[in-house]
Amino acid sequence: MAVTIDDVKHVARLARLGVTEERAGELVAELNGILGHMAALEKVDVEGVMAADGVGALGMPLRVDSGAPYPLRHPLDAFAPATRDGFILVPRLASHEDASEETE
Amino acid sequence: MSERRAARPPETSARGIAERVRDGDITAERAAREAFVRGDDARVGPDGLNALLWTDREATLDAARGHATESDFVDRGDLAGVPIAVKDNIATLTLPTSCGSRILEGYVSPFEATAVTRLRNAGATIVGKTNMDEFAMGSSTENSAFGPARNPRDRSRVPGGSSGGSAAVVAAGMVPIALGSETGGSVRQPAAFCGIVGVKPTYGRVSRYGLVAFASSLDQIGVFGATVDDAAIGLQTIAGRDVMDATSADVPVERYVEASGASLAGLVIGRPKEYFPDFLDARIREKCDRAFDAFRKLGAEVRDVSLPHTDLAIPVYYIVAPAEASSNLARFDGVRYGLRVPADGLAATYEATRSRGFGKEVTRRILLGTYVLSAGYYDAYYKKAQQVRTLIADDFREVFASGVHLLFTPTTPSPAFPLGAKADPYEMYMSDIFTATANLAGVPAMSQPIGAVDGLPIGGQLIAPHFDEARMFGAAYALEAALGAEALR
Amino acid sequence: MSTMVSAPAGWEMVVGLEVHVQLRTRTKAFCNCSTEYGAAPNVNTCPVCLALPGALPVLNAHAVELATRAALALGCTVNPMSVFARKNYFYPDLPKGYQISQFDKPLAEHGRLKIGTNAEGTGITVGITRVHMEEDAGKSVHDRYAGATAIDLNRAGVPLIEIVSEPDMRSAEAAGAYLRTLKLILQYVGISDCDMEKGSLRVDANVSARRAGEVKLGTKTEVKNLNSFSNVERALALEFARQTELLERGGRVEQQTMLFDQARGVVRPSRTKEGSHDYRYFPEPDLPPLVLDAGFIERMQTSLPELPEARRSRFAGDYALGEYDVDVLTSSAELADYFEGVARQSGDAKAAANWTINGVLTALNASGDDIDAFRVRPADLAALITLVRDGVVGHSAAKQVFAEMVRTGDRPEQVAQREGLVRVDDDAALRGWIDEVLAEHPAEAQRYLAGEKKLQGVLVGFVMKKSKGSADAKKVNQLLASRAQG
Ligand SMILES: [Zn+2]
Repeated sequence: MAVTIDDVKHVARLARLGVTEERAGELVAELNGILGHMAALEKVDVEGVMAADGVGALGMPLRVDSGAPYPLRHPLDAFAPATRDGFILVPRLASHEDASEETE
Repeated sequence: MSERRAARPPETSARGIAERVRDGDITAERAAREAFVRGDDARVGPDGLNALLWTDREATLDAARGHATESDFVDRGDLAGVPIAVKDNIATLTLPTSCGSRILEGYVSPFEATAVTRLRNAGATIVGKTNMDEFAMGSSTENSAFGPARNPRDRSRVPGGSSGGSAAVVAAGMVPIALGSETGGSVRQPAAFCGIVGVKPTYGRVSRYGLVAFASSLDQIGVFGATVDDAAIGLQTIAGRDVMDATSADVPVERYVEASGASLAGLVIGRPKEYFPDFLDARIREKCDRAFDAFRKLGAEVRDVSLPHTDLAIPVYYIVAPAEASSNLARFDGVRYGLRVPADGLAATYEATRSRGFGKEVTRRILLGTYVLSAGYYDAYYKKAQQVRTLIADDFREVFASGVHLLFTPTTPSPAFPLGAKADPYEMYMSDIFTATANLAGVPAMSQPIGAVDGLPIGGQLIAPHFDEARMFGAAYALEAALGAEALR
Repeated sequence: MSTMVSAPAGWEMVVGLEVHVQLRTRTKAFCNCSTEYGAAPNVNTCPVCLALPGALPVLNAHAVELATRAALALGCTVNPMSVFARKNYFYPDLPKGYQISQFDKPLAEHGRLKIGTNAEGTGITVGITRVHMEEDAGKSVHDRYAGATAIDLNRAGVPLIEIVSEPDMRSAEAAGAYLRTLKLILQYVGISDCDMEKGSLRVDANVSARRAGEVKLGTKTEVKNLNSFSNVERALALEFARQTELLERGGRVEQQTMLFDQARGVVRPSRTKEGSHDYRYFPEPDLPPLVLDAGFIERMQTSLPELPEARRSRFAGDYALGEYDVDVLTSSAELADYFEGVARQSGDAKAAANWTINGVLTALNASGDDIDAFRVRPADLAALITLVRDGVVGHSAAKQVFAEMVRTGDRPEQVAQREGLVRVDDDAALRGWIDEVLAEHPAEAQRYLAGEKKLQGVLVGFVMKKSKGSADAKKVNQLLASRAQG
């Protein structure tokens, strides 16, 4: 399962990380180097072993549906890069980007 | 124990400072001022150890002055006037919380971490934010956007990481206690490299609210102490259930300082053979043997045990941690806070911001984590790693169920290495070989000095069952007392 | 709305629906921010829902209760352990860069919903695949500022359930019936206000076409941007027509997302490429598994109110009401409760039904009020029905009494007394009014008394008007008739 340059570009796109062609080439070697060490896992028999997902099998503590909102000690416009009329502003989605890429 | 109490604790220890403040010998402001002076003497700032990133002396002294009038409770707390440094990835209200990253440069959190609130409520003064590997990804504090930190024992060497700045300010004598964070050994390894005490509590023992997430299922705030006692006071102050963190455990917290003077008679300490591999530096093995002898003399039994899946910890860790990190770091998108690098359109802005804002190692791990979670690879990498993680946790469960109370191992396979010595990422990852297991299993562990090799400190690691920090501290106090000055030789 | 679209014959439509419903909680799913609708931008935000570094989610207990009750009302099996997962994608109104949702271990599964009865009298049932909990995203406003998109995160983190159906619907009308039935149940159980205009109910439709009699499913498309039930039906008909025409011509349906364009009345492909999404789901490490014990699930089950279907058959049986009356009276739990209160306290279900439909609903429609805020409580309306039955208030006076009760909230006896609407059957008083009417309308009086019997109704009407409806109409008739003969 060697990582290819297309894989690197694909995951860089998924992660919204700009990676130059040169760096992408280096990353192929680096990621393959690291993942090569992961091959040790292939030999381990995990038949019937539960994945350690969700820490704490005792269940999740819940909060009551009441109480004061958690305060912000500095207002939003003290730390947001761009705000207007209470909105956070971001560059307009360019034409090749799709506004419909929303929640499902 | 009464004998110990009678003796005046060292002036610069947490206990010593708090006693002097409570007795009215000095004010909290004076205690803070003294800390800054000690820091200046040790050159903890950017021109020296580069351990302390952000300070605001005047504001800190003002805050310490405020304590005297604010409330009697604060003035009489366990940490009355005790100066404490906090890792740069733990949210504080006044100083920046930048995680050692360009992407958060100058960001000041509008809320405070629960652990910091608890320290302040016990009377502590937060004196600064410490250098770290960017987003805690690293084992040397060389991956900081603000330059590497250096080891106070030998300035040509790294202090370890990722909490290297916190370890260095404690080792340099500026503060008796500092907060760090652990994901795979980021408190214990720098503690070992700098010759101090570092504790990673049980997963869920300390609230993660306000700790900027790296790998949520592994992250835990940890405590550095100049001594076992400093670490014990620090941890018992911040531990305990917090409603703001759903993974924080509702398990009663003992006063760990009361473990001081506990007898080790009947205690069974396991010596897991996988932590003493052939490639281990013989001098480190020697120091561990000396510690085992000390334990035996204290009445403990040392038993050979095995944790057979230990060698899988690094592969598992370097799948699980980057996977979670790739998701946790998605929020740094330049929309709501932090760096924004404007570009043509939103997608270009995302990419410009994130590629400019994140350093090389962070980028590498995000890509690795994205890859192992992506369609077609999830089962082979992430799911498999989580299954093997269960086997690693089962190793600990079984050994502790067999009548072993604690485990003792070296903290690291080598002492502090020179800056720039580990260029290959995987070689650097191997620094966590003895520490990552405890994070994967969620068990508590701590490192303390057990000797020195070529003048460089060596750490010994105690590992305990879930939530049995009290017993772990008992053994640590006893070993510290038994080794005495040997601990740094 | 008629759809005015026809598809070629010989094809069958296959529809499955994904419905997102906002849970009626006071605070968000994972933080204490208010869920109120219509606040100024970003007012209801905090470290958690802004995804500030270091903030962590803690799940709202009431959201779990509501989601569990919804699942049980839809006949689902609630899983004793479910797991939250992260769905990773970048969008400026998704603060964390992932949505907390449930993926391979959802809250509940295997439900069913009866949406009607077919010609043979057997129920038409739609399977519910799963019900899971998740959080909403914020709102992106694209057209407010030049060159910028404006982000409002008030909605970010609002608790939702997603209800996924099996592909069991065979027509746009069946999809409409499913949605109306679903909405009614959710409103009955108090899960949500299901207000599509406020976005508290949203629908995505999966639709495919296959030859009649074919077992294998065709390639489906997902239709989004459906903002009303009638638009769902319209969009399904349009998309079905598009697919079948394509298939008739020997073409192939491409698996893709379609957007319904209401203004132009078409469905068009979304620019989002299928397969460009790789959500990299993995278990949410900030939240341990949600463990629900049997006692909790049992309590949620017993706390469910009577559901619409059960109530409908009970109304038809116990109260012997016609289908129209049953449909109207069970259209909301509150209305049905109201009717039952009136029926029980008056002992006259038929009158209770008439008054509720013709009196109460008419008044509510006029005022736009909610039945909970309606001034005439069931006990008062029952008292009015009793007054009519006992002859204390006449039928036409009762309408005036009711109008006055709606206006003032006073008890019917009070109103009748105060307004002089208590039925008058005292001969002397009635004769007095008759005399006055005859005197005021001499021409009609003369013709009537001369034997023009058909004028009696007109004269009775004058008397009723004069008495403000309180006169006993039967007696007025008798008295007038005796005059004519005398
Ligand atoms: Zn919030």
